[in-house]
Amino acid sequence: MEMKVEYSTIELMACAASKILDDKKSILVGTGLPIIAAALAQKTHAPNLLIVFEAGGMGPQIPMLPISVGDSRTFYRALMASSMDYVMSTAQLGYVDYSFLGAAQIDMYGNINTTVIGSHEKPKVRLPGSGGANDAGSLCWRTIILMQQNKRKFVEKVDFLTTPGYLSGVGAREKAGLPADTGPYRVITQLGIMGFDEKTKRMTLLSVHPGVTADQVKASTEFKLIVSDNVTVTKPPTEKELEILRTEIDPAGMVLGRR
Amino acid sequence: MAWRDPDEHRRWVLENKSRSLEDKQTNLKEAIAKFLHNGDYIAMGGFGHIRVSMAAIYEIIRQRKRNLVMAGKTGVHDFDTLVASGCVSKAEVAYCFGHELRGLSPASRRAVENGRVKVVAEISNAGFQWRFKAAAMGLPSIPTRVMLGTDTFRHSSAKIMKDPFSGKPICFLPACYPDVVFVHVRRCDKYGNSQIDGIVVEDFELARAARRLIITTEEVIDEEKIRKEPWKTVIPFYLVDAVVEVPYGSHPGNMPYLYYSDEEHMAEWLKLSKTDEGVKQYFEKYVYGVESFEEYLHLIGGDQKLRYLRQVEQLKVPVKAPWKEG
Repeated sequence: MEMKVEYSTIELMACAASKILDDKKSILVGTGLPIIAAALAQKTHAPNLLIVFEAGGMGPQIPMLPISVGDSRTFYRALMASSMDYVMSTAQLGYVDYSFLGAAQIDMYGNINTTVIGSHEKPKVRLPGSGGANDAGSLCWRTIILMQQNKRKFVEKVDFLTTPGYLSGVGAREKAGLPADTGPYRVITQLGIMGFDEKTKRMTLLSVHPGVTADQVKASTEFKLIVSDNVTVTKPPTEKELEILRTEIDPAGMVLGRR
Repeated sequence: MAWRDPDEHRRWVLENKSRSLEDKQTNLKEAIAKFLHNGDYIAMGGFGHIRVSMAAIYEIIRQRKRNLVMAGKTGVHDFDTLVASGCVSKAEVAYCFGHELRGLSPASRRAVENGRVKVVAEISNAGFQWRFKAAAMGLPSIPTRVMLGTDTFRHSSAKIMKDPFSGKPICFLPACYPDVVFVHVRRCDKYGNSQIDGIVVEDFELARAARRLIITTEEVIDEEKIRKEPWKTVIPFYLVDAVVEVPYGSHPGNMPYLYYSDEEHMAEWLKLSKTDEGVKQYFEKYVYGVESFEEYLHLIGGDQKLRYLRQVEQLKVPVKAPWKEG
């Protein structure tokens, strides 16, 4: 008899994000959900995933969830404690396959805003800024964006284009001088998983989470979302994955919350 | 911002920086009074809450410096407190107004949203450290492949040019030569030859980009120990203007292999800084109300707290992070 496993949306997002990462690849991660998803991948299907932190940590064996992308946990038993110049140059060289980013706003080409809501001169809400996001989104082969989805966040036009997606469409990244064949790969939200259409580079719904419909996702998006002809349902987390998340990766519930 | 013509900077170096081994030990009060002036462009070594010279930050606040321009290169508690105390009036921002996993910074966000502090330019983290790298190489600028096509570029001091070799557009970042830089290190000798344990972040570049460089250190060691393992020196003496021994000088931040960040103290600041009244209370208690960093360490919990932070760093006890309760 199959037991129904209870999980939260954030746990589902962490599991969905981890499944995207192939083994024997490298990923530049930030704190929070990104490191959780990367650590989960490493503990399940991708033991040889190389985890890299922008402040210099490379290939650590993370003992507990780091609070900062530079704290000592990010280079605990690491293969190298380097520098930001070293890590960012490595990404510019083409050695970094993935990066995870968060965002306050995103448009149909995957351009994201983490700088300001309202005008830059008189901000309604001031956000932290690029940090390493612009660098990761410019230099890594595949960018994966993890964020909440609603009409105020999935917008026609971002208030500030902090980090490049496909800019204005096909060929725009290369024309701007960004490394060829890079760009956003997936967007994972509490509702589903989106990719980008090959021909137009526009955001396309690929899968909905259990219990969510494609119409719901469209209704939570201000721009016109392309829906794939064969939208699938996202695989829910397994008991094993949930156990790893709750007991090994974030036992204190710093990101996943207390249960 | 903090750009200089490389020949002008070379001349300044020729006239102002000594190449001889001199004992540069002093205290923070004197070092900051002597080298930091109102209106200066400053940058802090370390990253976020890691290996940042917080002892220097508190002394800057205590001396009520004004109109400083700050490099917001993952500026967290350092930036937040300098803005909240009124020392900083302008910033160049890669990452500010947040405390990473802990959430956003109420105090500095209030300051920027009501215009008390002005963001004069945006940049990315890699962009910032490459600005320092250009300066460290004695160059006017450096070509990079970040920021292209974005508003981050449009609000930065960078320029896009066609690369003469590939023919592709490339982003030229102007070199950044800060007036004063503070770096907290694990150990150094009295001349300033410094060793850092763990990630160097961008201090290798930042130390060379600085005009005036003040080193705070957990420990001053004998020159002989430096000479025994010279490959460990990441900052050489001739860059350094002052050496100040300040054990636990990164508190409430993390010092790799020594002590973890004090998340209880961070929770107190994040709670108090929700109001201007709370900000005042914090500074009255922890900065204006004490004469020195030693007194401050006593206030935050003294030996018992410091022992606990060492144990957290060694993974012997779990971290208490009250801010996660909201």
